[in-house]
Amino acid sequence: MSAVPLREGRAVSVPKLEIQRVGKSYGHGSQTVEVLLDVDLALEQNEFVAVIGASGCGKSTLLAIAAGLEHCDRGTVLLDGVAVEQAGPDRGVVFQNPTLLPWLTARQNIEFALKAAGYGESDAKRIAAEHLELVNLSDFGGHFPHQLSGGMKQRVAIARALSYRPTMLLMDEPFGALDAITRRQMQALLTRIWEEHRLCVLFVTHDVEEAIYLADRVVVMAARPGRVASTHAIPFRRCRDESLFASREFADLRCEVLGSIRHATVSNLGRIADDPRR
Amino acid sequence: MSAVDTEQTGRPSASASRSPAQRESRKLAQRVLSFGAKSPRPVATAVGAAMLGALIALWWALSATQTVSTLFLPTPLEVGAKLVELASNGTLFADARMSLYRMAVAFLISSAVAVPLGTVAGSYGFWGAAIEPLMDFVRYMPVVAFVPLTILWFGTDDAQKFVIVGIGTFFQQVLMVMDVVKRVPPEFIAFGRTLGLPGRRILMRIVLPFSLPGIWDVLRVSLGWAWTWLVLAELVAADSGLGYRIVVSQRYLQTDTIMAYILVLGVLGLVADQLMRALECRLFPYAKGAR
Repeated sequence: MSAVPLREGRAVSVPKLEIQRVGKSYGHGSQTVEVLLDVDLALEQNEFVAVIGASGCGKSTLLAIAAGLEHCDRGTVLLDGVAVEQAGPDRGVVFQNPTLLPWLTARQNIEFALKAAGYGESDAKRIAAEHLELVNLSDFGGHFPHQLSGGMKQRVAIARALSYRPTMLLMDEPFGALDAITRRQMQALLTRIWEEHRLCVLFVTHDVEEAIYLADRVVVMAARPGRVASTHAIPFRRCRDESLFASREFADLRCEVLGSIRHATVSNLGRIADDPRR
Repeated sequence: MSAVDTEQTGRPSASASRSPAQRESRKLAQRVLSFGAKSPRPVATAVGAAMLGALIALWWALSATQTVSTLFLPTPLEVGAKLVELASNGTLFADARMSLYRMAVAFLISSAVAVPLGTVAGSYGFWGAAIEPLMDFVRYMPVVAFVPLTILWFGTDDAQKFVIVGIGTFFQQVLMVMDVVKRVPPEFIAFGRTLGLPGRRILMRIVLPFSLPGIWDVLRVSLGWAWTWLVLAELVAADSGLGYRIVVSQRYLQTDTIMAYILVLGVLGLVADQLMRALECRLFPYAKGAR
């Protein structure tokens, strides 16, 4: 957690992303909703962190703030020790909606992002082809988004977000709109890609199994106000595969995280019952 | 009432006495007429043509039997003959050329201003706040109420027609384009921002191309209105054009010319609409599946 840049003349590793006492509320007066309250979270270099919680716990807002797409009322977000002011190509974002531009083919969508990020024409072509191959879509480069399935579209979106070499990846329920079978395939694909090309990932989800399977660390958030309730280290070795789902340890961890989510919700209900305003 | 029923009861049911062809058509009718069922293309075409045919038949029956005097309702044949006559002596084409010219100029000017204005108003909150209330207000002023004023201001030449068509379409176009632009999902704008693109480039490279099929649709719909307002302007004060010919024909009780011209107006509108639709498929082949 130490963010001390120098110690005895030697650089000490700075967290990749550091969220410090971030707070945000919507509305004003008696209508104020505290979305996030004093959220502290640090992601190390090449660490995969999954944030999980009931809907409305502010996990997507937290991701949007880290991406620079929303501003926080209090606190700071540091990327490599530098305060984040706005969105930029140093953080790739994958949304639940693949957001592929419908008038461009899969390949052109990746090239679009590369050119916007400053790559030249020939580099963009080459890198786009490489990244289509990375997500096993080499044969579909010429297809338009409406000709692709939901899973394929999201694969193109992931390839696009990785293509311009962001230093970290922010994923907001990227598989939330997919069917269960496709979601499993996407999780396996993401694990494979991440294990080959390590980078820091902040992954927001409401699927406990997904969080445990993918992440090095699972952060459980409580709602109203949104805050970090607990953190769970995931000890499973890489490379992970689907046999993990069947293991005893996996089931134990799943119970632990689910219990933690339940606890966060129950304590929240208690708070509401005690609230004199109600 | 299947064949099995017949065997069990021993009595011939209604369906058993029918030929297989009859049974087939009965099945088709049941399928086509049931709630929520989509009509297959040939059925849809046949029904559509039959309705049109029925209308013409009714017209023919009323006029040919003199139920309504042919002075007021000429027969379809008389109208057809008149149409051929007007087309062969050049009147029809001169009138149509004049109307199409006015229409094209007014519509293009209106659209050329409305599309950028609506796009900016839909993308920037400040300009939306500045433009939207004004457009909303003017939109509710009936176009016909402007006719006397525009005649006083611009006389009865082409400029007055442009203004009437413009008032009728421009304000609606701005508001509709604005709505289309506002409907671009916020995630697409967020995507542009994650690439570090400045607002202006997000507008030009993401929002505008995303909105083009919708804007095209706005143009197609407003083209129909523009057509209506042009004919209105020509009816009130003009010395040429399709609307003018209709008014002149009224003075001389030439109901056949009036009806021929109304049919021509309908056909021209239909052709323009179909042309716009066909172009939409060519220009934005992705639009159907994407939205």
